[in-house]
Amino acid sequence: MNALRKLVDKVKPNFEKGGKLEKLHSVFDGFETFLFVPNSRSKNGTHIHDAIDTKRTMSTVIVALIPALLFGMYNVGYQHYLAIGQQVSFIDTFIFGALGVLPFIVVSYGVGLGIEFIVAQIKGHEIQEGFLVSGFLIPLIVPIDTPLWMVAVATAFAVIFAKEVFGGTGMNIFNIALITRVFLFFAYPTYMSGDTVWVRTSDTFGLGAGKVVDGFSGATVLGQVATASSPNINIMSTVGQPFGFLDGFLGLIPGSIGETSTLAILIGALLLLITRIASWKTMFSVFAGGAVMAYIFNIIGPDTASANFPWYNHLVFGGFAFGAVFMATDPVTSARTETGKYIYGALIGMFTIVVRVLNPGYPEGMMLAILLMNIFAPLIDYFIVEANIKRRLKRATN
Amino acid sequence: MGKLISEKTKQVFLGPLSKNNPIGVQVLGICSALAVTANLKPALVMGISVTVIVAFSNVIISLLRNTIPNRIRIIVQLVVVAALVTVVSEVLKAYAYDVSVKLSVYIGLIITNCILMGRLEAFAMANKPWESFVDGLGNGLGYAVILVIVGFFREIFGAGSLLGFRIIPQSFYDAGYSNNGLMMMPPMALIIIAVIIWIHRSLNKELQE
Repeated sequence: MNALRKLVDKVKPNFEKGGKLEKLHSVFDGFETFLFVPNSRSKNGTHIHDAIDTKRTMSTVIVALIPALLFGMYNVGYQHYLAIGQQVSFIDTFIFGALGVLPFIVVSYGVGLGIEFIVAQIKGHEIQEGFLVSGFLIPLIVPIDTPLWMVAVATAFAVIFAKEVFGGTGMNIFNIALITRVFLFFAYPTYMSGDTVWVRTSDTFGLGAGKVVDGFSGATVLGQVATASSPNINIMSTVGQPFGFLDGFLGLIPGSIGETSTLAILIGALLLLITRIASWKTMFSVFAGGAVMAYIFNIIGPDTASANFPWYNHLVFGGFAFGAVFMATDPVTSARTETGKYIYGALIGMFTIVVRVLNPGYPEGMMLAILLMNIFAPLIDYFIVEANIKRRLKRATN
Repeated sequence: MGKLISEKTKQVFLGPLSKNNPIGVQVLGICSALAVTANLKPALVMGISVTVIVAFSNVIISLLRNTIPNRIRIIVQLVVVAALVTVVSEVLKAYAYDVSVKLSVYIGLIITNCILMGRLEAFAMANKPWESFVDGLGNGLGYAVILVIVGFFREIFGAGSLLGFRIIPQSFYDAGYSNNGLMMMPPMALIIIAVIIWIHRSLNKELQE
């Protein structure tokens, strides 16, 4: 660490005012504060600071995402070798998946941070750290076979139109990663849904590839449920094995890269809750809202496969857990009042199930539900604050 | 009258094309701009139709401006616009049937286009016929320009063609390129108009609020 500090201090004068690399000041500053907590002190006003700043918050979220990422990498390889009917070692499976996923991370960060750097230079402010998490979320919420250029276009769109035009980090109305996802979903529907995009059957940098086994079907569990013709279906793996709750919980199922394993997501959730970076209120109420709504459909819903899909399965299949833990709890776009978080979370859970059950065109409703509630978060906050003012006014005037 | 094209008339014509553009600056007539611009051809036809209607209704209202009782002027304006819209609609049905089907209700809805009522109220009621005609022409073309730009980008990225002719070669598609479905939806038209306004205002500092 000391050696790194010395190196940073040594090159620092080049980037300060008058230095030869002055123009790249914001870039240098971004890297320095990424590596070390800034030692700047406040000169007037408040002298008490929280020990944790935005960059530290972001880094913690990234650490929390790592279990989901690692599992996602393994699962990409696992699904591939399952589809072509080969048995390979754990390491080979993981390497196949890692090579498949890494380009997404490179593209997402390359495009997103590139735009951030350019904007920071034009506007003359420091590089904002918001994209650290968004750039990590984007690879985890796309199917493995999404073409990389589409990810690049969608990332650029989201960073420019969902973030920079609103004023940058902390000013956005919508979750950046979800705007990327929703752009891909509506712009290139054939690459983002259906049953051919979730499992990679071709090779990755020359690894893998082979003849797909007989009876292979790459549909996700929710896809199978949404397109089911009879009200009672048995959900299957890609090679025809039956799936149950435990499969969804552990996550060796087809789906977007990082969303499949509820277990890996919950490990991340634990870290977020211990460090109090994510609100347990939002997280809990998303699960509760989803469970209640799905249970209601189980009992009195229409007689379709998606309404009959057990409520506990709704919580572990698809992007439900991932959205609840990493997207709904985004501190910028979620409700900020404590009571508001319950309402916000519960409505996300409920809308997700409503979309899943009542609209067969959208097998997965998490993305749409969160974006919808992003719009309403300020309104919820407004009413909570107003109610509080009224209550206290009443108490004071009585 | 003096010169046919005086300095003022020139301003009346050029203003709405840029500095006082009905869509870009006044943000009027957005609904039809979102609805008809999925392809370039309907956008072009819509732009021309609105130009014709707004120019001639301006002239007619300007001629009548001293005889229209103030209390019922909106109804009179509506009658004039409705008559012209009907004429344009019939002409389109006769000579460009497929486009008129695509435009469907939006030709009829030109009656409710804010640009028309705005020009009649704000300009034709207080100016002579020739200036009113030029003003209508300028505003109609200002509207048409934006529609054509939006239609251009939506068709080329959404369908890979322009006016129905393939522009993006097949080899691009073979290499993995794909049309952007979002371009075909109204939200993207709104975003393109927003970008046009953004660029327009960055170039003209006096428009910035």
